[in-house]
Amino acid sequence: MSAPIVIVGAGQSGLQVAESLRSEGWEGGILLLGEEAVPPYHRPPLSKAYLAGKAEEAQLFIRSPEALAKKRIDFRPGSRVAALDIARQTLTLADGSQLDYEGLALATGARNRALPLPGAELDGVFGLRTLDDTRRIADALAATEAVVVIGGGFIGLEFAAVAAAQGKRVTVLEAAERLMARAVPPALSDFYLALHRAHGVRVELGVSVAAVLGEQGRAHGVRCADGREFEAGLVVAGIGVLPNDELAAAAGIACDRGILVDACSRTSAPNVVASGDCTVTRLEDGSLRRLESVQAAVEQGKSAAAALLGRERPFSARPWFWSDQYEVKLQMAGLAAGADRSVLRGSQEAHAFSLFHYRGEQLLAVDSLNQPQVHMLSRRMLDAGRSPTPAQAADSGFELNTVLATPAPATSS
Amino acid sequence: MVMITYVEPNGGRQEIDVPEGWSLMQGAMSNGVDGMEAECGGSCACATCHCYIDEAALALIPPAADNEAAMLENVVAERRPTSRLACQVKATAALEGILVELPAAQS
Repeated sequence: MSAPIVIVGAGQSGLQVAESLRSEGWEGGILLLGEEAVPPYHRPPLSKAYLAGKAEEAQLFIRSPEALAKKRIDFRPGSRVAALDIARQTLTLADGSQLDYEGLALATGARNRALPLPGAELDGVFGLRTLDDTRRIADALAATEAVVVIGGGFIGLEFAAVAAAQGKRVTVLEAAERLMARAVPPALSDFYLALHRAHGVRVELGVSVAAVLGEQGRAHGVRCADGREFEAGLVVAGIGVLPNDELAAAAGIACDRGILVDACSRTSAPNVVASGDCTVTRLEDGSLRRLESVQAAVEQGKSAAAALLGRERPFSARPWFWSDQYEVKLQMAGLAAGADRSVLRGSQEAHAFSLFHYRGEQLLAVDSLNQPQVHMLSRRMLDAGRSPTPAQAADSGFELNTVLATPAPATSS
Repeated sequence: MVMITYVEPNGGRQEIDVPEGWSLMQGAMSNGVDGMEAECGGSCACATCHCYIDEAALALIPPAADNEAAMLENVVAERRPTSRLACQVKATAALEGILVELPAAQS
């Protein structure tokens, strides 16, 4: 019997590879190796609905073990891969056993950047990434009144919103001068700063955290470099992630802060593909792009499965992201880097608006708050290479879908 | 448990017992029903759990909230009067036996 296709990592992307292999007609074995003890689960609700108590744990699992078995996907939880030999096409597991593979998909994900601070090891200090993290945070949250969040990015702020909604005293400490600086334009940072403060969250910008304070092994606060101290029974750090590319790098697969892949999810090694948070994509112009999103996990997973079967299915859709904080849903389409102007559609006061980001007359990205229809239309416009003029975008009376209804331009850049 | 019959894009039928309180999306995803993507995991953020609900059953379900209605305006497959996002419809005893049809494309 020939060797199976082995997938290392049973998150959203690894699962997608497995299922796409089946739906694309692979009849051989599929081995899905997961480090965690549980089946693949939806990660986004962890910092949102699940932590807020709006979903029970069983609802997080993407597929039941029975559904995986029905698709003849051999899912093995609690499996850690220790080494990879790409010349011999074998994997060595942590228990010393060896596996041959016909094709290999690396979907090893990312891990939280550790807090580089004294006191980071104290009880009551958490990162938020896995189901297990979230279970422990939920317990700790129930047992305390004061919470400090280190890092004002998506994860930290989503958690802050959940904690504030439960009536906790929440302090967010952000090193940069504005919130979510890596992901959103200044106008949105300002909007979210006001939103969190309106919900009673204390937000401190431009602060550097010096230490987590504790007694008898338990955290009870945080001290900043300027000497200020904030009380906390629970400290959650959301200061970014690191791609899990060590296994690939040790095997000689090209990495550059992530496993290097092309748009079709192919790595530098034959019969080895990679997808999701562990990857960095080399674009056609030679630049590198790292996306940490469900969309990338799913789309790259589909591309990876196709590539293992000798087909090209590039991930070409415009990136999209979302974040839920309080009653505000942020949906982002495209990437705003390189924009030279932005126009506002809708009303900031009414918490229903979108920012259209342009370079010249070309639409690059649209950030929508509580305007899901604008978001969905924007994704379609960006994928089709269409844009309303900035004046049309700013005019709430202008029907955006007419942009999609007009014939395609004769040429596109 | 609420028995829901999902009709997959190729016409295949799956009768699934969905726990009360779960969404129709979760019931389909958990059991690997074809034609359901649900990229966002139930946040009403992606419109990839589009489904058509039994016409007779529509009256038994609370109408779509503004957010869902807006997302439905831009689903990839044909929008019908019976279109809903499955992540926003909870299984209740009243829905026992209904048909939920999945479109050929979600994204």
